[in-house]
Formats: sequence, C-alpha cells, structure tokens
Amino acid sequence: MYGGGYIFDEPNGKQLRDEQLHDEPEKLAAFEERIAKGEKIEPGDWMPTEYRRQLIRLIEQHAHSEIIGALPEGTWITRAPGFKRKLALIAKVQDEIGHGQLLYNAAETLGKSREAMINDLLSGKSKYSNVFNYPAETWADVTVIGFLIDAAAIVNQAANAKGSYGPYCRALDRICYEESFHLKQGHDAFIELATGTPAQREMLQDALNRWWQPIMHFFGPPDKNSQHSQKLMEWRVKMASNDDMRNQFLNAYVPKIWELGLTLPDAALKKNPETDRWDYTDPDWDEFFRVINGGGPCNEERLQVRKWAEEQGRWVRKALMNPAEKRALPVA
Amino acid sequence: MSNDSLDPRVNRLKLGDATAVIKVEEGENWNIYEVFHQEKRGAHHEHVGCVHAPDPQLALVFAKEQFARRKKCVNLWVVRSADILAFDVEDEDMFANNLEKNYRDASGFKVMEKINKFKQSK
Repeated sequence: MYGGGYIFDEPNGKQLRDEQLHDEPEKLAAFEERIAKGEKIEPGDWMPTEYRRQLIRLIEQHAHSEIIGALPEGTWITRAPGFKRKLALIAKVQDEIGHGQLLYNAAETLGKSREAMINDLLSGKSKYSNVFNYPAETWADVTVIGFLIDAAAIVNQAANAKGSYGPYCRALDRICYEESFHLKQGHDAFIELATGTPAQREMLQDALNRWWQPIMHFFGPPDKNSQHSQKLMEWRVKMASNDDMRNQFLNAYVPKIWELGLTLPDAALKKNPETDRWDYTDPDWDEFFRVINGGGPCNEERLQVRKWAEEQGRWVRKALMNPAEKRALPVA
Repeated sequence: MSNDSLDPRVNRLKLGDATAVIKVEEGENWNIYEVFHQEKRGAHHEHVGCVHAPDPQLALVFAKEQFARRKKCVNLWVVRSADILAFDVEDEDMFANNLEKNYRDASGFKVMEKINKFKQSK
C-alpha cells in the first residue's frame, strides 16, 4: 500500500543534488544487499538519490506515453470498421488512460507531484515514447499499433515488472494483464486484414512498411551508445538492455508476420543461426533523436491536443473543487 | 495549425500554439484516494491502487471506472491516502516476535498421547 503519509516530499531540486553527493555508504550497502536478495523497495524505504531520480524519470515517461499513445488510436474510434472493433478500440483506449493514471500514482510515491509531471509534459521537458509522434493514417496503422507496438510494450513492461520498485511492479502487473487483451485484439484485426481482400493486404503491407522503423526505434538506441549505466541494471531499475529487448521482440513477432506472407522493409533481417540473434539494418538513429526532440510529424499536434484538454478541462476541475457547489453524485 | 490533421477532433477544436505555456497549479489535480475492491459479498476488501479526486463521492465514481471495469466487483471503498495512519517503515523490527508460539495453537496440545499413555498404564 502506498500514498499519503508514505509519500516522499522532495523539498527542492537544489537540495536533492547536494544530497546526491552524500549517499551514506552504509545505507547504500544495505540497500544494494536488499536488491541482491530480490527484495522490493517500498516508498518509505531509504533509497539512493540517483535510484529515485531514474525511477521518477522512467515511470513518468511511461505514464506520459500511455496518455499520448491514446491519441493516434482514439482518432480511429469514430471510423473503426464494425461495431465489435469499435467497442474493442474504445475499451483499449480507456485502458491506456487508466494505465497512465496507475503510473502517475506510482511515480508520485517517489515524490514528484502529478501537477509537476503534467507541467513537464506540457512544456516538453519530459519525453514520451517516440512512436506516438507518427500519425495513424489508415485503419491498418491502428492494427499495426495494436498488434506490434503493444507487443513491444509488453516485452518491455514484462521485464520491468520484475524490477525492484514495489509500486511500479504492482502497477505493471495489472497493466500487463490488460495489455494481453490489447495484443490479442490487435493480432485479430491484423490477421483479418492479412487474410482479406488484396486491397486490405496492400493497406496492411503499406502500414507495416511505414511503421517498421518506429518499431525498431521503440527499444531505444543500441547498447553500444547507451548512456545508462550498469548501476541501473544492478539496482534492477533497467531490467534488460535495449538490444536484448529488441532481439526478444524480433524473435517472437517476425515469424508471426512472415507466416502471413507479409514482408518487412529490411533485406538484412534474418535470424543468425550461429549467434541465435537477429541481424538487421540499423534504423536511422539521427531520425530517432530528431523526432524525440520535437521534430516528428505529430509532436506539435500531440502536445497541442494535450494542452487543449488541460485548458478546456480546467473549469470542470475547479468547479468540482469548490466546496460551496458540492453535492453528492450518483455513482452509476 | 493547419487543418490537415488526421484527428477529427483537431480539425474542429481550433487548437492553440504548441509553444504556448500552460501550467497546472499545485493541488489542481486533487487528492489521492486509496481504493479497496471487494470481489464478492462476504469477501475482504483488497487494496488495488489509488485515484485522484476532489471528494470521496467522485473518488468512488473514478474508482468504479478504473478498478471495476473488468474484474468482478460488488463493492468499493475509497479513503483519502492522507487519512491512513501507519507505522514508520524504520520501526519494522517491532513486529519481530518469538517464533515459538505452540501455546497459541491447537497443534501445541497433544492430549491423545497422554490418554493413550494412561490407558496403557491400566
């Protein structure tokens, strides 16, 4: 259980940085011993400043990704083909927003307020997953997102669910449970297009071609230029290297794409029988950094929609906070 | 903002400038409430997470959306996180206890042994 009195109160940024230099060696040793034993760290426990900082960054970005990720898919609710697909998509988008709430709650236990996190998203200081800076142009894009992006997210989240921070792990357990439905409905819609008319197959192939690079970007830059230290792996903040997760994803999902007679826009993509790992052409990493720093096709639109929601929803939040106006609401 | 977005909402919202500064004030996102979920009547309420809400009634509404939309649920409790009183984590050792508690347990009393011994001695 967490929240309320358990929540660490970060006094101010400056103080945190001073303190960072002085993590007490005995406490640090005891902390690392707990991690080594596989114990979960809970909100009230002592933790190294850098551990707290990295976890806030990680969970906060994950939360933003869930919220922003609902936008390209939400666009297609009105145009989903058929009532069942529409229901599934509404349910999925609702789940994603719920995941955002769960993750903001988990990040709050580390001492950053929800308001501060939202402000950092709106000002562009905090990032979110790069894939959501691309448009969903056709229904096939939605099925590729629902199948492959969610599959990639599960690879990442299932790894992180075994991490060392209790509240994040608990949120991820529930998220993974719901993501399995997202994956399944995405796969189902994907197969329907793949086994449908020539026009449907062509639309799907086109979407795959456009989304392949963002999907290869999804797990982040190659390990050889990763800035994140071995320390984070030791502390079980980062659970698997980017390349390992990418490889795990390719291993599980490339055969599922190929078995439907679809192709992927990378001639070099094949499993190397000697290393038992996948060979592929490196995606354009300059493009990755360009997009994450605001240069993607939809960065501006995503933030504008989010800012619009913040501004236009303000009067509702204010009205509900006003005790003079308060009255009981029916729950259902 | 041009009107060629694929998002039908964007085209009718007349969105502002992405560089405009929008700031959320501290406290604007309300209080945190812990949520307890009851799966069936007679079962314990189990803690499942939290929601943000301006008051308990609305916390219930949000909790219903967040935690009762999939799994079976017959009731929910919400309680303001700040109202929960708990021991300090550092005090965990006060729960350390004598592990030998046979005297509190049915298994700690072996009457049959005594009865058999009594019968044999007859």
